[in-house]
Amino acid sequence: MDKWYMVVVVGPDRPGIVAKVTAALFDGGCNLGEASMTRLGGNFTMMLMVQSEGRERAVKAMLAPVVDSLGLHLHIDSIKGELHHHVEPDVRITLFGEDRSGIVAHATAALAEVGLHILSLESDVAGSEDQPIYVLHIEGAAREGVPALESALEIIASEGIETRLMPIDTLIG
Amino acid sequence: MSVLQILQYPDERLKQVADEVTLFDDPLRAFIHDLEATMRAGPGGVGIAAPQVGRSERIAIVDVSAKKKIKQHGRMVLINPEIIAWQGSVVGREGCLSVPDYTGNVVRAETITITAQDEFGEQQRFEVEGYEARAVQHEMDHLDGVLFLDRLVSRRSDLFKRKVYQ
Repeated sequence: MDKWYMVVVVGPDRPGIVAKVTAALFDGGCNLGEASMTRLGGNFTMMLMVQSEGRERAVKAMLAPVVDSLGLHLHIDSIKGELHHHVEPDVRITLFGEDRSGIVAHATAALAEVGLHILSLESDVAGSEDQPIYVLHIEGAAREGVPALESALEIIASEGIETRLMPIDTLIG
Repeated sequence: MSVLQILQYPDERLKQVADEVTLFDDPLRAFIHDLEATMRAGPGGVGIAAPQVGRSERIAIVDVSAKKKIKQHGRMVLINPEIIAWQGSVVGREGCLSVPDYTGNVVRAETITITAQDEFGEQQRFEVEGYEARAVQHEMDHLDGVLFLDRLVSRRSDLFKRKVYQ
Protein backbone atom coordinates (compact mmCIF):
# COMPACT_ATOMS: atom_id res chain seq x y z
CA MET A 1 0.00 0.00 0.00
CA ASP A 2 2.40 2.67 -1.09
CA LYS A 3 0.17 4.80 -3.28
CA TRP A 4 -1.54 7.83 -1.85
CA TYR A 5 -4.44 9.73 -3.35
CA MET A 6 -6.17 12.95 -2.40
CA VAL A 7 -9.86 12.25 -2.57
CA VAL A 8 -12.13 15.29 -2.72
CA VAL A 9 -15.84 14.82 -2.22
CA VAL A 10 -18.29 17.72 -2.36
CA GLY A 11 -22.04 17.85 -2.37
CA PRO A 12 -25.26 18.89 -0.68
CA ASP A 13 -24.95 18.21 3.04
CA ARG A 14 -26.96 15.46 4.70
CA PRO A 15 -26.32 13.14 7.61
CA GLY A 16 -24.25 10.02 6.89
CA ILE A 17 -21.93 11.20 4.13
CA VAL A 18 -18.71 10.58 6.08
CA ALA A 19 -19.80 7.15 7.24
CA LYS A 20 -20.84 6.01 3.77
CA VAL A 21 -17.82 7.37 1.90
CA THR A 22 -15.29 6.02 4.40
CA ALA A 23 -17.03 2.64 4.63
CA ALA A 24 -16.77 2.27 0.85
CA LEU A 25 -13.04 3.03 1.04
CA PHE A 26 -12.51 0.65 3.93
CA ASP A 27 -14.44 -2.12 2.20
CA GLY A 28 -12.25 -1.52 -0.85
CA GLY A 29 -9.13 -2.16 1.22
CA CYS A 30 -8.02 1.46 1.59
CA ASN A 31 -6.39 3.15 4.54
CA LEU A 32 -7.11 6.77 5.43
CA GLY A 33 -4.51 9.38 6.24
CA GLU A 34 -5.16 12.94 7.33
CA ALA A 35 -8.47 14.50 6.47
CA SER A 36 -10.26 17.79 6.53
CA MET A 37 -14.03 17.76 6.35
CA THR A 38 -16.40 20.60 6.92
CA ARG A 39 -19.75 22.06 6.02
CA LEU A 40 -19.38 25.17 3.86
CA GLY A 41 -22.74 26.83 3.43
CA GLY A 42 -25.11 23.98 2.69
CA ASN A 43 -22.39 21.85 1.12
CA PHE A 44 -20.40 19.14 2.76
CA THR A 45 -16.76 19.03 1.69
CA MET A 46 -14.25 16.28 2.33
CA MET A 47 -10.58 16.18 1.54
CA LEU A 48 -8.96 12.98 2.55
CA MET A 49 -5.70 11.21 2.08
CA VAL A 50 -6.37 7.67 0.93
CA GLN A 51 -3.78 4.92 0.72
CA SER A 52 -4.55 2.11 -1.68
CA GLU A 53 -2.91 -0.67 -3.58
CA GLY A 54 -5.22 0.06 -6.46
CA ARG A 55 -4.95 2.57 -9.23
CA GLU A 56 -6.83 5.85 -9.31
CA ARG A 57 -9.62 4.30 -11.36
CA ALA A 58 -10.04 1.50 -8.83
CA VAL A 59 -10.55 4.03 -6.03
CA LYS A 60 -12.98 5.91 -8.21
CA ALA A 61 -14.92 2.71 -8.94
CA MET A 62 -15.23 1.78 -5.28
CA LEU A 63 -16.65 5.24 -4.49
CA ALA A 64 -18.93 5.53 -7.50
CA PRO A 65 -22.05 3.89 -6.01
CA VAL A 66 -21.96 6.00 -2.83
CA VAL A 67 -21.14 9.21 -4.62
CA ASP A 68 -23.93 8.67 -7.16
CA SER A 69 -26.53 7.77 -4.56
CA LEU A 70 -25.72 10.86 -2.45
CA GLY A 71 -25.40 13.26 -5.39
CA LEU A 72 -21.77 14.08 -4.62
CA HIS A 73 -18.92 15.25 -6.85
CA LEU A 74 -15.73 13.26 -6.71
CA HIS A 75 -12.21 14.23 -7.64
CA ILE A 76 -9.10 12.09 -7.15
CA ASP A 77 -5.42 12.99 -7.55
CA SER A 78 -2.30 10.96 -7.03
CA ILE A 79 -0.17 12.59 -4.29
CA LYS A 80 2.87 12.04 -2.10
CA GLY A 81 2.00 10.88 1.42
CA GLU A 82 4.55 12.82 3.44
CA LEU A 83 3.03 12.06 6.82
CA HIS A 84 4.86 12.76 10.09
CA HIS A 85 6.22 16.10 8.90
CA HIS A 86 3.79 18.57 10.41
CA VAL A 87 4.86 22.19 10.16
CA GLU A 88 3.99 23.91 13.40
CA PRO A 89 2.23 27.26 13.27
CA ASP A 90 3.69 30.02 15.41
CA VAL A 91 0.93 32.55 14.93
CA ARG A 92 -2.83 32.71 14.84
CA ILE A 93 -4.59 35.57 13.13
CA THR A 94 -8.29 36.34 13.32
CA LEU A 95 -9.84 38.85 10.94
CA PHE A 96 -13.44 39.96 10.98
CA GLY A 97 -15.66 42.67 9.65
CA GLU A 98 -18.53 43.53 7.39
CA ASP A 99 -18.56 41.05 4.51
CA ARG A 100 -17.47 42.21 1.08
CA SER A 101 -15.53 40.88 -1.87
CA GLY A 102 -11.75 40.90 -1.65
CA ILE A 103 -11.17 40.41 2.09
CA VAL A 104 -9.28 37.14 1.70
CA ALA A 105 -7.35 38.22 -1.38
CA HIS A 106 -6.20 41.52 0.13
CA ALA A 107 -5.45 40.16 3.57
CA THR A 108 -3.52 37.11 2.45
CA ALA A 109 -1.57 39.15 -0.12
CA ALA A 110 -0.47 41.53 2.62
CA LEU A 111 0.43 38.64 4.93
CA ALA A 112 2.32 36.72 2.23
CA GLU A 113 4.34 39.85 1.54
CA VAL A 114 5.72 39.79 5.09
CA GLY A 115 6.53 36.09 5.14
CA LEU A 116 3.43 34.31 6.40
CA HIS A 117 3.16 30.70 5.34
CA ILE A 118 -0.51 29.83 5.80
CA LEU A 119 -0.97 26.34 7.27
CA SER A 120 -4.69 26.53 7.83
CA LEU A 121 -7.44 28.94 7.00
CA GLU A 122 -11.08 28.71 7.94
CA SER A 123 -13.69 31.30 7.29
CA ASP A 124 -17.35 31.79 7.98
CA VAL A 125 -19.96 34.11 6.65
CA ALA A 126 -21.89 34.93 9.79
CA GLY A 127 -24.39 37.58 10.77
CA SER A 128 -27.70 37.89 8.98
CA GLU A 129 -28.51 37.78 5.28
CA ASP A 130 -28.93 41.53 5.05
CA GLN A 131 -25.90 42.25 7.25
CA PRO A 132 -23.36 39.50 6.69
CA ILE A 133 -20.04 39.56 8.47
CA TYR A 134 -16.91 37.67 7.51
CA VAL A 135 -14.79 35.87 10.10
CA LEU A 136 -11.44 34.43 9.12
CA HIS A 137 -9.07 32.32 11.19
CA ILE A 138 -5.57 31.76 9.92
CA GLU A 139 -2.78 29.74 11.46
CA GLY A 140 0.63 29.98 9.94
CA ALA A 141 4.37 30.03 10.21
CA ALA A 142 5.80 33.53 10.28
CA ARG A 143 8.97 32.98 8.29
CA GLU A 144 10.17 36.54 8.84
CA GLY A 145 9.08 36.60 12.47
CA VAL A 146 5.80 37.47 14.12
CA PRO A 147 6.58 41.23 14.54
CA ALA A 148 6.97 41.49 10.75
CA LEU A 149 3.29 40.62 10.41
CA GLU A 150 2.19 43.77 12.22
CA SER A 151 2.69 45.98 9.15
CA ALA A 152 0.40 43.69 7.14
CA LEU A 153 -2.23 43.83 9.85
CA GLU A 154 -2.10 47.63 9.73
CA ILE A 155 -2.83 47.55 6.02
CA ILE A 156 -5.72 45.14 6.59
CA ALA A 157 -7.08 47.26 9.44
CA SER A 158 -6.93 50.38 7.26
CA GLU A 159 -9.40 48.65 4.95
CA GLY A 160 -11.90 48.38 7.79
CA ILE A 161 -11.24 44.79 8.86
CA GLU A 162 -10.57 44.11 12.52
CA THR A 163 -7.46 42.11 13.20
CA ARG A 164 -6.28 40.03 16.15
CA LEU A 165 -2.90 38.37 16.27
CA MET A 166 -1.90 35.79 18.83
CA PRO A 167 1.52 34.20 18.85
CA ILE A 168 1.36 30.44 19.31
CA ASP A 169 4.08 29.48 21.73
CA THR A 170 3.84 25.71 21.66
CA LEU A 171 4.86 24.04 24.88
CA ILE A 172 6.65 20.72 24.55
CA GLY A 173 6.59 18.77 27.80
CA MET B 1 24.52 11.11 33.38
CA SER B 2 22.61 9.34 30.67
CA VAL B 3 19.72 10.13 28.39
CA LEU B 4 16.81 7.81 29.04
CA GLN B 5 14.42 6.40 26.51
CA ILE B 6 11.14 8.32 26.29
CA LEU B 7 8.00 6.22 26.14
CA GLN B 8 5.59 7.14 23.39
CA TYR B 9 1.82 6.98 23.36
CA PRO B 10 0.06 4.48 23.25
CA ASP B 11 2.43 2.89 25.77
CA GLU B 12 0.19 1.80 28.66
CA ARG B 13 2.71 2.98 31.24
CA LEU B 14 1.88 6.58 30.35
CA LYS B 15 -1.65 5.94 31.62
CA GLN B 16 -0.69 4.85 35.13
CA VAL B 17 -1.08 6.92 38.28
CA ALA B 18 2.44 7.32 39.67
CA ASP B 19 3.46 6.51 43.24
CA GLU B 20 4.52 9.02 45.84
CA VAL B 21 8.26 9.37 46.47
CA THR B 22 9.21 8.54 50.06
CA LEU B 23 12.95 7.98 49.90
CA PHE B 24 15.16 10.96 49.05
CA ASP B 25 18.50 9.27 48.51
CA ASP B 26 21.44 9.39 46.09
CA PRO B 27 19.89 6.97 43.58
CA LEU B 28 16.85 9.29 43.41
CA ARG B 29 19.11 12.27 42.74
CA ALA B 30 21.04 10.30 40.11
CA PHE B 31 17.74 9.50 38.40
CA ILE B 32 16.75 13.17 38.46
CA HIS B 33 20.05 14.03 36.74
CA ASP B 34 19.26 11.52 34.02
CA LEU B 35 15.68 12.76 33.73
CA GLU B 36 16.91 16.32 33.29
CA ALA B 37 19.48 15.23 30.69
CA THR B 38 16.67 13.48 28.83
CA MET B 39 14.53 16.63 28.89
CA ARG B 40 17.41 18.74 27.56
CA ALA B 41 18.38 16.22 24.87
CA GLY B 42 15.23 16.85 22.84
CA PRO B 43 14.74 20.14 21.03
CA GLY B 44 12.50 22.57 22.85
CA GLY B 45 11.54 20.41 25.81
CA VAL B 46 10.62 22.59 28.80
CA GLY B 47 9.50 19.83 31.12
CA ILE B 48 9.51 16.13 31.72
CA ALA B 49 7.93 13.71 34.17
CA ALA B 50 9.27 10.40 35.47
CA PRO B 51 6.45 8.29 33.95
CA GLN B 52 7.62 9.44 30.50
CA VAL B 53 10.77 7.37 30.98
CA GLY B 54 8.92 4.45 32.53
CA ARG B 55 9.44 5.28 36.21
CA SER B 56 6.08 5.44 37.91
CA GLU B 57 6.94 7.97 40.62
CA ARG B 58 5.69 11.49 41.29
CA ILE B 59 8.72 13.35 39.95
CA ALA B 60 8.71 16.16 37.39
CA ILE B 61 11.18 18.74 36.17
CA VAL B 62 10.21 22.06 34.62
CA ASP B 63 12.57 24.65 33.20
CA VAL B 64 11.20 27.34 30.91
CA SER B 65 14.22 29.63 31.27
CA ALA B 66 14.99 29.26 27.55
CA LYS B 67 11.92 31.43 26.92
CA LYS B 68 12.84 35.06 27.20
CA LYS B 69 10.84 37.78 28.87
CA ILE B 70 8.46 35.65 30.89
CA LYS B 71 8.02 35.25 34.63
CA GLN B 72 9.68 32.00 35.65
CA HIS B 73 11.57 30.17 38.37
CA GLY B 74 14.31 28.55 36.29
CA ARG B 75 14.93 24.87 36.95
CA MET B 76 12.30 23.37 39.23
CA VAL B 77 12.45 19.83 40.54
CA LEU B 78 8.94 18.94 41.64
CA ILE B 79 8.55 15.82 43.74
CA ASN B 80 5.11 14.87 45.07
CA PRO B 81 3.73 18.17 43.75
CA GLU B 82 0.27 19.42 44.66
CA ILE B 83 -1.71 22.31 43.23
CA ILE B 84 -3.17 24.07 46.25
CA ALA B 85 -4.75 27.03 44.47
CA TRP B 86 -5.46 28.07 40.92
CA GLN B 87 -6.98 31.00 39.10
CA GLY B 88 -8.14 31.84 35.61
CA SER B 89 -8.08 29.66 32.54
CA VAL B 90 -6.39 30.09 29.22
CA VAL B 91 -6.10 28.13 25.98
CA GLY B 92 -2.61 27.37 24.69
CA ARG B 93 -0.88 25.02 22.27
CA GLU B 94 0.89 21.98 23.63
CA GLY B 95 2.89 19.10 22.35
CA CYS B 96 4.60 16.30 24.21
CA LEU B 97 7.87 14.38 24.06
CA SER B 98 5.69 11.26 24.32
CA VAL B 99 3.44 12.26 21.41
CA PRO B 100 5.68 13.19 18.45
CA ASP B 101 4.45 15.26 15.51
CA TYR B 102 1.21 16.48 17.03
CA THR B 103 0.21 19.62 18.87
CA GLY B 104 -3.17 20.74 20.08
CA ASN B 105 -4.99 23.31 22.15
CA VAL B 106 -5.46 22.70 25.85
CA VAL B 107 -7.15 24.78 28.56
CA ARG B 108 -5.03 25.31 31.67
CA ALA B 109 -5.24 27.41 34.81
CA GLU B 110 -3.52 30.75 34.31
CA THR B 111 -1.90 30.98 37.71
CA ILE B 112 -1.32 28.21 40.22
CA THR B 113 0.16 27.82 43.65
CA ILE B 114 2.00 24.56 44.09
CA THR B 115 3.78 22.77 46.86
CA ALA B 116 6.39 20.15 46.11
CA GLN B 117 9.48 18.60 47.59
CA ASP B 118 12.90 19.06 46.05
CA GLU B 119 15.44 16.28 45.49
CA PHE B 120 16.42 16.45 49.17
CA GLY B 121 12.86 16.19 50.43
CA GLU B 122 12.60 19.86 51.35
CA GLN B 123 9.11 21.34 51.03
CA GLN B 124 8.87 24.20 48.57
CA ARG B 125 6.09 26.45 47.45
CA PHE B 126 5.84 28.25 44.12
CA GLU B 127 3.51 30.82 42.66
CA VAL B 128 3.56 30.01 38.97
CA GLU B 129 1.89 31.78 36.07
CA GLY B 130 1.40 31.77 32.32
CA TYR B 131 3.63 29.57 30.19
CA GLU B 132 5.45 28.16 33.21
CA ALA B 133 2.13 27.31 34.91
CA ARG B 134 1.09 25.49 31.72
CA ALA B 135 4.32 23.48 31.78
CA VAL B 136 3.85 22.54 35.44
CA GLN B 137 0.27 21.41 34.83
CA HIS B 138 1.29 19.42 31.75
CA GLU B 139 3.99 17.58 33.74
CA MET B 140 1.78 17.05 36.78
CA ASP B 141 -0.81 15.47 34.51
CA HIS B 142 1.77 12.83 33.57
CA LEU B 143 1.93 11.84 37.25
CA ASP B 144 -1.78 11.02 37.09
CA GLY B 145 -1.55 9.16 33.80
CA VAL B 146 -3.12 12.03 31.86
CA LEU B 147 -1.78 13.25 28.51
CA PHE B 148 -2.56 16.52 26.75
CA LEU B 149 -4.47 14.35 24.27
CA ASP B 150 -6.98 13.74 27.07
CA ARG B 151 -7.61 17.48 27.31
CA LEU B 152 -7.70 18.61 23.68
CA VAL B 153 -10.15 21.32 22.76
CA SER B 154 -11.05 22.33 19.22
CA ARG B 155 -8.44 24.04 17.14
CA ARG B 156 -11.20 26.18 15.78
CA SER B 157 -11.53 29.35 17.77
CA ASP B 158 -14.17 29.44 20.45
CA LEU B 159 -14.37 33.20 20.08
CA PHE B 160 -17.18 33.08 17.56
CA LYS B 161 -19.88 30.48 17.80
CA ARG B 162 -22.19 29.81 14.94
CA LYS B 163 -25.18 29.62 17.22
CA VAL B 164 -28.03 32.08 16.71
CA TYR B 165 -28.98 33.88 19.89
CA GLN B 166 -32.64 34.90 20.02
